[in-house]
Amino acid sequence: MLDLFRIAIRNLMRYKRRTILTASLITIGVVFVLVFISVSGSFKAMMIGQITDSMLGHIQIHKKGYVSSIDNLPLTLNIKPAAVKRIEEVIGQIPEIESHSKRIKFGGMFSTFVETTTIRLNGVYPEDEFRAVPLLPSRIIQGKKGLARGEILLPDLIFKGMNVNVGDSIVVVATNEDGSVNGRQFTVSGMIESATGPGGRDGYIHIEDAAEILRMEEQEISEIALKLHDFNKLHEIYSMLQDKLGEEKNQQGKPVLEVHTWESLSPFFNIARMIDIMTFFIKLMLIAIVLISIMNVMIMAVYERIREIGTIAAIGTMPEKILSLFVLEGFSLGVFGAIVGNLIGMGIILILNVSKITFDFGRQTGLILSPSISGKEMLMISVIVIVVAVIASLQPAYKASCMEPIKALRHT
Amino acid sequence: MSLIISEDIRKNYSAGEITVEALKGLNFTVEPAAFVSFIGPSGSGKTTLLNLIGCLDKPTSGRLTVAGAEVSRLDRRQSALFRGMNLGFVFQDFNLIPVLTVYENVEYPLLMVRNVPSAERRKRVMALLDSVGMADHKGKRPDQISGGQKQRVAIARALVSDPKLVLADEPTANLDHETAYMVINSMKRLRDELGTTFIFSTHDPKIVGEAEIIFTLEDGRIVDTRKAKGGKGDA
Ligand SMILES: Nc1ncnc2c1ncn2[C@@H]1O[C@H](COP(=O)(O)OP(=O)(O)O)[C@@H](O)[C@H]1O
Ligand SMILES: [Mg+2]
Repeated sequence: MLDLFRIAIRNLMRYKRRTILTASLITIGVVFVLVFISVSGSFKAMMIGQITDSMLGHIQIHKKGYVSSIDNLPLTLNIKPAAVKRIEEVIGQIPEIESHSKRIKFGGMFSTFVETTTIRLNGVYPEDEFRAVPLLPSRIIQGKKGLARGEILLPDLIFKGMNVNVGDSIVVVATNEDGSVNGRQFTVSGMIESATGPGGRDGYIHIEDAAEILRMEEQEISEIALKLHDFNKLHEIYSMLQDKLGEEKNQQGKPVLEVHTWESLSPFFNIARMIDIMTFFIKLMLIAIVLISIMNVMIMAVYERIREIGTIAAIGTMPEKILSLFVLEGFSLGVFGAIVGNLIGMGIILILNVSKITFDFGRQTGLILSPSISGKEMLMISVIVIVVAVIASLQPAYKASCMEPIKALRHT
Repeated sequence: MSLIISEDIRKNYSAGEITVEALKGLNFTVEPAAFVSFIGPSGSGKTTLLNLIGCLDKPTSGRLTVAGAEVSRLDRRQSALFRGMNLGFVFQDFNLIPVLTVYENVEYPLLMVRNVPSAERRKRVMALLDSVGMADHKGKRPDQISGGQKQRVAIARALVSDPKLVLADEPTANLDHETAYMVINSMKRLRDELGTTFIFSTHDPKIVGEAEIIFTLEDGRIVDTRKAKGGKGDA
């Protein structure tokens, strides 16, 4: 086997320039794929991080039907205290959940005593909320990064459009579930920048103030946002919650609650998915490059060496030996391309990290691109390249192994 | 028992509607350790016959027995195996593998066909390179040596796996007369040393005198059988 390998390498060295050209093509393909995967992966991770950590959380729990009518923020679809208690018990049993934040969401009227507009508000426990969506404080771009009772964080659209300042007194009026109207005065504590997606243009008040305006006798909850320790366990925890909370049934035996990951809550999931699809197509392109370039080289190699194949076949080399001789050539080319490609790719990724390239996402500016690639991913790409290289050389190698020695010897 | 027994072998080539009768019923035998030549003009059927004996092709009819095996009955794999075990080949164009050194070319059949362990390989390769006087050139590539040297390397390669029979189809056609003479003499000396049967074809009447048994082919028939110089092998 080792001797076969030695002969294969010698044969590759016969046309150095051609071999180097083909290997370079494979190398460039591998480098391109690795850099693309790492950069797009970094962008994707950062994008998801921005979305989930600034408002959504990783997973949200609602009463059944809430998400489909989330535009109306229906108070009739709040979760009752008893159910909230049971949900919190379930959450408590799952150590992978880092924190959770309960929210009362409602719509109301906002008045500066001069002008009036509509507003959407989240009533939250500020500490819980800041733990579940840790980037929220960074969205507060004016005023203090906190929220006490009697204070309101206004979305930038209202803040600017209604000409308010930090410290101003304003009034929020809301209709509760029973249809009675109630109002309360708040002090503006800060301005919060908008984000794309549901809840991205909402203001924030303390949850107890929210319960008071809505005249809740017992605190009901519209939404519970969860943050996980490890984002990669998203789907695992999601199905765990689905199972455990699915046991919560109403009198008709239908589930009372619904669980969503950020994926079904944010339009950015489609962008994340597009990145995945692009990555897939780029991998396909790599496969095509390897397949075509190696096939091309191997078909040429077999054609050029017909008389040689005739010679070795005549002196008794078995067909499978001839086959493996040529397959090993393609294999070696693949291995070479994969190894060099991985090394160069790693080098480029390192350089990208060191040079701290920044980009903007939404209104977040100066995010640092930190591409990384896992050993698993590199191994997978190497395996793909090598396997495709072998497959590409199989057909020419098989042709070589089937040659009739006298015909091959007569070939000029 | 004779090494080769040919009983009325015929070979037809058909190209479309035309059938060429390349061999028209040959009967002969070759004894072990003989030094045999087939001579005849171009197109007389020498290559066709050597291909049949060399188990590279099959006769259209007749019986051909080589080293006790009826070669026309062997399938593709069995033929390859048979060639690897019993035969050595020397080609008109030398057909050395250009990427391998002289040493590696001679080693090739032991490595790829016979799976001989490396110590044994070394011994045999060096012994044969010595015999053909090419030991000093063992590290060279084929393109760094002369035609006569290439053919001596090819003879060493043909003999390295200790075959019963070496077939050489016009081994001297690409060599000048003096070199051709030396190559044929090397073969003869090796026959004397090793007892291997040699069959070569040529259309050069000058070197054919070195053979001990000379079959003359003409238009697919043996028209003359001559014994010369009273060699070891008798027909
Ligand atoms: N593959 C083939 N197809 C058709 N005819 C062939 C083929 N090989 C040889 N012949 C014919 O068979 C005859 C003998 O050829 P060959 O054995 O090559 O003679 P030599 O080697 O003595 O020159 C010639 O007439 C040649 O044209
Ligand atoms: Mg001929």
